[in-house]
Amino acid sequence: MSDQLTARVFVVGDNIDTDQIIPAQYLTLLPTVPEEYALLGSYAMIGLPEGAYPTKFITPGTQETEYVVMVAGKNFGCGSSREHAPIALGAAGVRAVVAQGYARIFFRNSVATGEVFPYESVDRLCDVLKTGDEVTLDFSNDTLTHAGTVYALKPLGEVRPVVEAGGIFAYARQTGMIPAAS
Amino acid sequence: MTLTETILARASGRARVEPGDNIWVNTDVLLTHDVCGPGTIGVFHREFGRDAKVWDREKIVIIPDHYIFTADSLSNRNVDILRDFVREQHLPYFYDVIDDPEGHWQFDAARGQLKRQYGRSFAGVCHTALPEKGHVRPGEVLFGTDSHTCMAGAFGEFATGIGNTDAGFILGTGKLLIKVPETMRFYLDGALQKGVMAKDVILHVIGEIGFDGATYRAMQWQGPGASALGMDDRMTITNMAIEAGGKNGIFAADQTTFDFVDARCAANGTKADYQPAELSRDQRFVYDQAFDLSALEPTVAMHPNPGNRALAKTLGHITLDRAYIGSCTGGKTSDFLAFAEIVRGKRVAVDTFGVPATPGVVDDLHKAQWNGRSVWQWLEEAGVQMTENASCAACLGGPVDTFGRMNKPLTCISATNRNFPGRMGHKDSKVYLASPYTVAASALAGRISDPREFL
Ligand code: SF4
Repeated sequence: MSDQLTARVFVVGDNIDTDQIIPAQYLTLLPTVPEEYALLGSYAMIGLPEGAYPTKFITPGTQETEYVVMVAGKNFGCGSSREHAPIALGAAGVRAVVAQGYARIFFRNSVATGEVFPYESVDRLCDVLKTGDEVTLDFSNDTLTHAGTVYALKPLGEVRPVVEAGGIFAYARQTGMIPAAS
Repeated sequence: MTLTETILARASGRARVEPGDNIWVNTDVLLTHDVCGPGTIGVFHREFGRDAKVWDREKIVIIPDHYIFTADSLSNRNVDILRDFVREQHLPYFYDVIDDPEGHWQFDAARGQLKRQYGRSFAGVCHTALPEKGHVRPGEVLFGTDSHTCMAGAFGEFATGIGNTDAGFILGTGKLLIKVPETMRFYLDGALQKGVMAKDVILHVIGEIGFDGATYRAMQWQGPGASALGMDDRMTITNMAIEAGGKNGIFAADQTTFDFVDARCAANGTKADYQPAELSRDQRFVYDQAFDLSALEPTVAMHPNPGNRALAKTLGHITLDRAYIGSCTGGKTSDFLAFAEIVRGKRVAVDTFGVPATPGVVDDLHKAQWNGRSVWQWLEEAGVQMTENASCAACLGGPVDTFGRMNKPLTCISATNRNFPGRMGHKDSKVYLASPYTVAASALAGRISDPREFL
């Protein structure tokens, strides 16, 4: 992973559950089939109520988002265990989520799949930033910079080696838990 | 050590574990279904190779249950992917929709939603089917590709939901790297008053701690009030640990547990030996709170999340478009019996859908007789649209032709477990969660009602 990422953010509030990230009716799509993986991305965040979120997450006429960083409040990814949630975000082009807090399984699935980098923020950035703002993430120093202000992000701690390896399989191969891929 | 720590220490081959330890644990049972199974299988093949063999055929249980009775072709295909994998790996525990191991599943919409469209091996909603079919045992470690896998903690085991990638890893290795959670203790005293159910207990507690109040934690249920609960009630409570963000929920196994488990393992010929985790004296809790069951009243979780608590008696102003009883949490035999107790001989005022969790529940309701009529008949005569096609159905929305799905912005009271926006279909619909008693009373009144007025 390169050390820095400059991108525009999409901002959501608290308690965004997996039905809003990828509604249940799209779970028939199989993430391990490339066309279906891309389709999952095209439906990312389609469950957000339009009243509260008038800006479209996916660029109309495409299958991807222009917002490469998702900024959220508390309890992001609560609800089901569907791995389709981090996968849909990753397939849409999201590289990192910066939330004030995560639901356990979403965080875990992000780490296990390596689809998105799940950062926790110290500050409540969803109140500071608005959709479309440009930020720079620094993965070496665990910071987010916006308009000259530097915000601290919580270090990933013990799961960082898994994320850096690229997910649970790569990590297990590195550490000799399972044989290296032939 | 707490119950969860005791089980995880044993499963990782250690004398002791502490909360926060990252440990590799051995899996006793891996559960998957039609929504996450195909993805899990895809990960397994991608990472371990096309010719790889699973780590232990006897420890894998596959239960298609989510998107079954729908004409959606991808959903039907996903059941076929499971069947192909079972054939490839010779897996003994696959509860297929159809009986022909070489066949293809296709739902026949022309036959309607109500009459049974499955074969002899079909088992219904995975978390309810798992104990029925003899796959839960005290002291074991269960991982499942579904967040409500935590329901099996009712049987004194460590049970939690995981994603496809982790499940694919287990398929090949039998192991998973997990963090030992801190434990919160909920000490139950007293007895529930008439009209109050286990569902009210868990809705009350989630309202108390907040719906992220147990994030990353184990929820341990103890005390005389906990021991007095039957298995169905314990299951309702552990089922919703995830609705507070919990990693798992757990009751200590006791004679009630052993009787249930031993009978199911014997009836199904599954592994019958197990080693329960004993409650120890030295337990450390990050939260420890007593609850007096006799003080609880019928409770509702209001739209839009399971922690948004109110008493049913204060919500009479909420008028309803429909009522729903079903799911792993609220579609068990005992749930339908409670529901029927209230609606019997009366008529529901709003569209009401009943979806038994398993074919076993369907049979129970056909067999149970009240005054010469089956409970199933009593329910139908009260105007409840009962389907024999046991599955998750509209609990999680699903494809648009799913039985009971809200395809318009309606308001529904439901015996299920989750009410985030869009959970049961339309993203502008509203779902209120309640006990089967409260759902029944509200269905009769057309507005949210306290069931004690109807008993
Ligand atoms: S019934 Fe509902 S909560 Fe239970 S497994 Fe099915 S979708 Fe999940």
